[in-house]
Amino acid sequence: MRTLLTGNYAVAEAVKLSRARVIAAYPITPQTTIVEKLAEMVEKKEIDAEFIRVESEHSALAAVYGSAVAGLRSFTATSSHGLLYMYEMVWWVANARVPLVMAVVTRTIGPPWNIHTDHTDLLTMRDSGWIISMAENVQEAFDLTVQGFRISEEAGLPFTVGMDAFQLSHTAEVVDLPSQQDVDAWLPERRQPYRIEPEDPVTVGCIGPNEYTAKLRCNMAREMEKAKELVNRVDEEFGKSFGRRYGGLVEEYRLEDADYAVVMTGAWSGDAKDAIDMLRKEKLRVGMLRLRYFRPFPQKELRKLLEEKEVLVVDRDFSMGHMGILGIEVSSAIGDITNVIAGIGGVDVGVDDFKMMFRKFADKKLRKIEWWPEEMFL
Amino acid sequence: MKHSEYLIAKPSKGSAGQTGLWRSFRPVYHVERCIRCLLCCFYCPEDVIEVHYHRFILFHYEYCKGCGICASICPEDAIEMVEEEE
Repeated sequence: MRTLLTGNYAVAEAVKLSRARVIAAYPITPQTTIVEKLAEMVEKKEIDAEFIRVESEHSALAAVYGSAVAGLRSFTATSSHGLLYMYEMVWWVANARVPLVMAVVTRTIGPPWNIHTDHTDLLTMRDSGWIISMAENVQEAFDLTVQGFRISEEAGLPFTVGMDAFQLSHTAEVVDLPSQQDVDAWLPERRQPYRIEPEDPVTVGCIGPNEYTAKLRCNMAREMEKAKELVNRVDEEFGKSFGRRYGGLVEEYRLEDADYAVVMTGAWSGDAKDAIDMLRKEKLRVGMLRLRYFRPFPQKELRKLLEEKEVLVVDRDFSMGHMGILGIEVSSAIGDITNVIAGIGGVDVGVDDFKMMFRKFADKKLRKIEWWPEEMFL
Repeated sequence: MKHSEYLIAKPSKGSAGQTGLWRSFRPVYHVERCIRCLLCCFYCPEDVIEVHYHRFILFHYEYCKGCGICASICPEDAIEMVEEEE
């Protein structure tokens, strides 16, 4: 069924169709309307789920940690300061190998207090052991949420759906909503590495010999590595059932014959694609590699697809004392890159910006690390 | 061993060894003062006070660490902490 939904409502519909049984969340803009919608669905009995109201984001993730370990499909959502407040539980859930899905609607970290998008909040999860994805549009946010349950449960790792504040969360787009029957047929029964059951008491989160920790981390690293193939396979299988494939870990856009490749992630990639189309008409051979997943990191794809191209990484985040976070990551895979830092704090970056940015890049007029637009930072 | 098993522990009796050896003070039960409130059983952090048919409560001294919580919570001073001899 084709219908008009905001990003947040699309994620709520995906959680419903995935038959999540427990939802716990604490409201924070711009995430609030996801769980507001889910609370409404629970109230109207449209979904057979328990909605746990909690006093903080730390408790929200702690609550779904418990329900997920008990064997129930579980969901939470947050943004920015909420994510930072639950940060301890982010690591507990990952290190305990708990499959669940969380939506992170990316929002700038204050001060100054700011509710608009940049990606630094999401990327604080980088080293924790969560699978981290990022949507470009509302449909993809929906699709990633449904796929997230499957990937998370198969990998035994928690899954994040990232999407940009307002540009996706509060912007309505036409979405193709599959039927409950089709999602049921596609999404297998929940599985997980272990579970707690009243008949078989176990202690979780207990102390253990140092070697246990070391072995678990190594195993986690290997599972994360295997998740690369899993993400690609799930993307393919989803495509077979629902007719939409995105390319797995990365999406290529007019990349094959490009001399200049732009690497970026998130909603603004759509604007950058428009800029690429315009520049192509002006005979500038520019293309895009869009990072759909940040963890596991697609270094193999980057090496293969960006070979012999000039690479520009556009970051909407920054690692203080170094460079853009995607810039760091992409350099670790392919070496020399140019890094533009733009859209920090939700500063609007549109098609004209991208057009000018890519043109300047081709003309070698950008610094190695360039804050965009230059005149704002004089 | 499956990796997930490193994440869970199965409760079992005395998995940390014979912790009763750590004890400096020993709880001694005075049955004549006991009013059967069972607070000692509820409060024992080691679950070593058993409700017993004849003696009413029974200490498992192999695992009692002698923390004294039972003696402290008892409203009738029916549990006395006595120093262990060498």
